[in-house]
Amino acid sequence: MAKKIMAVDDSATIRQVLKFTLQGAGFQVSEAEDGDDALAKLANDPPDMLITDLNMPRMDGIELIRQVRQQPWGKFIPILMLTTESQEAKKLEGKAAGASAWLVKPFKPEQLLAIINVVLL
Amino acid sequence: MMMDQYAETFREETLELLSELEVGLLELEQRPDDADAIDRVFRALHTVKGSAGMIGFEAISGFTHEVETVFELVRSGGLAVSGELVNLTLAARDMIKSIMEADFGGAAVDPQAAERITDALRALIPVADTACPAAGEQATAAAAAGDEVTYHIRFRPPANIFQRGIQPLGLLQELARLGRCRIIAETDAVPELDELDPELCYLYWDVILTTEHDEDRIRDVFIFVEDDCELKIVAINDDLLDAAGGELRLGDILIQHGDLTAEDLERVMRAQTRPMLGESLVRAGVVSGSQLDVALEVQAEVKRQQQKRQALDEASSIRVRSEKLDSLVDLVGELVTVQARLSQTAAGQDDPVLSEIAEEVERLTWDMRDHILNIRMLPIGTTFSRFQRLVRDLSRELGKEVQLVTAGAETELDKTVIERLGDPLVHLIRNAIDHGLEAPAVRAQAGKTRQGTIFLSATHSGANVILEVRDDGGGIDREAIRERARSQGLLSGDLESNDSELLNLIFSPGFSTVGEVSSVSGRGVGMDVVKRAIDSLRGSISVDSRAGEGTTFTVKLPLTLAIIDGLLVQVADEKFVLPLSAVEECIELSRADVARANRKNLIRVRGEIVPYLRLRERFGLDGALPEIEQVVVAEALGQRVGFAVDHVIGEHQTVIKALGLMYKDVTGLSGATILGDGSVALILDLPPLVREAELAERLLTDATRSQRHVVSSHS
Repeated sequence: MAKKIMAVDDSATIRQVLKFTLQGAGFQVSEAEDGDDALAKLANDPPDMLITDLNMPRMDGIELIRQVRQQPWGKFIPILMLTTESQEAKKLEGKAAGASAWLVKPFKPEQLLAIINVVLL
Repeated sequence: MMMDQYAETFREETLELLSELEVGLLELEQRPDDADAIDRVFRALHTVKGSAGMIGFEAISGFTHEVETVFELVRSGGLAVSGELVNLTLAARDMIKSIMEADFGGAAVDPQAAERITDALRALIPVADTACPAAGEQATAAAAAGDEVTYHIRFRPPANIFQRGIQPLGLLQELARLGRCRIIAETDAVPELDELDPELCYLYWDVILTTEHDEDRIRDVFIFVEDDCELKIVAINDDLLDAAGGELRLGDILIQHGDLTAEDLERVMRAQTRPMLGESLVRAGVVSGSQLDVALEVQAEVKRQQQKRQALDEASSIRVRSEKLDSLVDLVGELVTVQARLSQTAAGQDDPVLSEIAEEVERLTWDMRDHILNIRMLPIGTTFSRFQRLVRDLSRELGKEVQLVTAGAETELDKTVIERLGDPLVHLIRNAIDHGLEAPAVRAQAGKTRQGTIFLSATHSGANVILEVRDDGGGIDREAIRERARSQGLLSGDLESNDSELLNLIFSPGFSTVGEVSSVSGRGVGMDVVKRAIDSLRGSISVDSRAGEGTTFTVKLPLTLAIIDGLLVQVADEKFVLPLSAVEECIELSRADVARANRKNLIRVRGEIVPYLRLRERFGLDGALPEIEQVVVAEALGQRVGFAVDHVIGEHQTVIKALGLMYKDVTGLSGATILGDGSVALILDLPPLVREAELAERLLTDATRSQRHVVSSHS
């Protein structure tokens, strides 16, 4: 069965890029536009992997990662955070919260898939 | 490059964000220190920049980046919001809109106007902060193409690695993709079971990787854990070798890895009594067995590289008739036998001088045997290249687009194995093109590339070679197999078999799921022929398939046919060897068991009934049956069959000697071997034995059935 990945980003464009890239690689993709939205959707249908932006209204990515890591289903899933080059401190914060990997925007679809290939078994 | 399918979403989103930006800025004009408003402005800029960058609107992302930089400073308290800043940012907002409209076919933008805005914005930033380093292109020293380097990598992840959602397996797999790789798991940090926390990682790994990539590329694999893990990468290069005087010694490697101190080495070497240093070190407890394994592997890899370099230097060879090699192998076989006798004699004599000679002879003999068998090894690549043409021709004939990707062409196999492997492989590849891969149109519809891929690979795995033929086609239709199996009576209607059993039915004689016969395959010559060919090479074949993703055939073959890993058993005074590759387990059979089974030759193995045949009966041997017999359960003709013997003596690696011409019609024997004490053991060929027994059984049941028939019609 196809692995499920949830993409969380407040930008519809980024979500669309993620969705297109991931679906093209055979994953089942769900979307959320911020941390709150993600948690609400995740509760019923935990994914195999989470991809999240850091800077989002309502609940940001760091808090989302922290919350997911406290869920029984989210303890060990790979979480990829999307950062920008100016966010070194955020990256460390995200790592401390339990992010598995990070990817700097803008990225190429191949880069995204290469990382998934390593973290999602 | 613009990605058209996202452009419209991007445009709508950006327009929305720009109006949000405008609202935020106007609010800021009223309340310059409203943190919420600052945040909103920053996020709008940030998102515009990110999305634009993602889908290739570089002008927008570049320009917005400048504005965002200023607001990042504002957000972190490094710059206060001023009327000038708001004015400039509003101008910038309009500029972003203009650039975007230009990208969507509107009027072109004056680049100088944009520059004026960014210059003015930069002027607002306090001087100290402008000195951000330009992200220059990092000049990486590219490793000379084709130049392979061997690295020793020790990777020790933090114990809580799982809690960050990272599995070391993924990293190790990625590493293995970089080159030839041997991975050794170190288990010495694993605690006792009651102290073990299953959520922590206690293992660490030593990896010997030979690759053409450079060290940076290896580090990249570990980028997400680099800060927390212990990662040591040591290149085993010429400098190191030169320093060691051309030959890398075991002790040096261990010291270099930090597994051993020079003092300990000194101490152990002085007290050393046995010729093998490694063994002495482990016995002295200064290094662990796995540390030694790693060091030995490094040493072997270095030697391989040196040999390869040497081979390049002096690519000279001589051609020798293969018969000459065959007779050499025979001679070594004799030598091994004599050596075994010598060792046995020496062991019984309690003479240290003799023992020493015997050990020396043993070592030399085994070395010699390995070397001679090595001469017969050929890289499998020659066969691979043949297939490129086959694939090309076949795909044209069938109207399919196929590419053949091969890996491991340098893997070496015994010459005779390679020769006899050609036909089965051709069959598997034909099968993959004909049945496995879909037509281009069908593939396109399923969202796949029009061109299908067939992946052919060879790898070493212990004393075996694993060949894989994989396609990315539609997979095997399990329903079709089930139906076909029912119609052929291979599967009774009510019996549900598990998935692998079901898939393995395709190896049954005369089995084919494709309704129509094509000119390429499906002419009644089925997978059973392939299986038989592989069996005759003492190999095994298995199949795995996923619907929509493709099918993989895995063939496991012994490195050589001249030597057999066998299980030595005894019946009365005779000894027999069963090929270890077929043996699954050994179980005891008491007289009570036999009585319980109504004297039928059936034994219960963990709930499953397994038929067995008695070698004593088959070979007509006399002597009393022991109180407890042993049943060796083996796989033959796709089923589990037991072979009852008196004693199981143990594992036995032996050189096969062919039986003479006189015995060529004897079934059930594939050869003989001479044991250490000079006696002969016969090597069993299991499939014919089983076939024979089945035939006898069927005749018997047919006979009883017809008898019964006669009786019932009379009554």
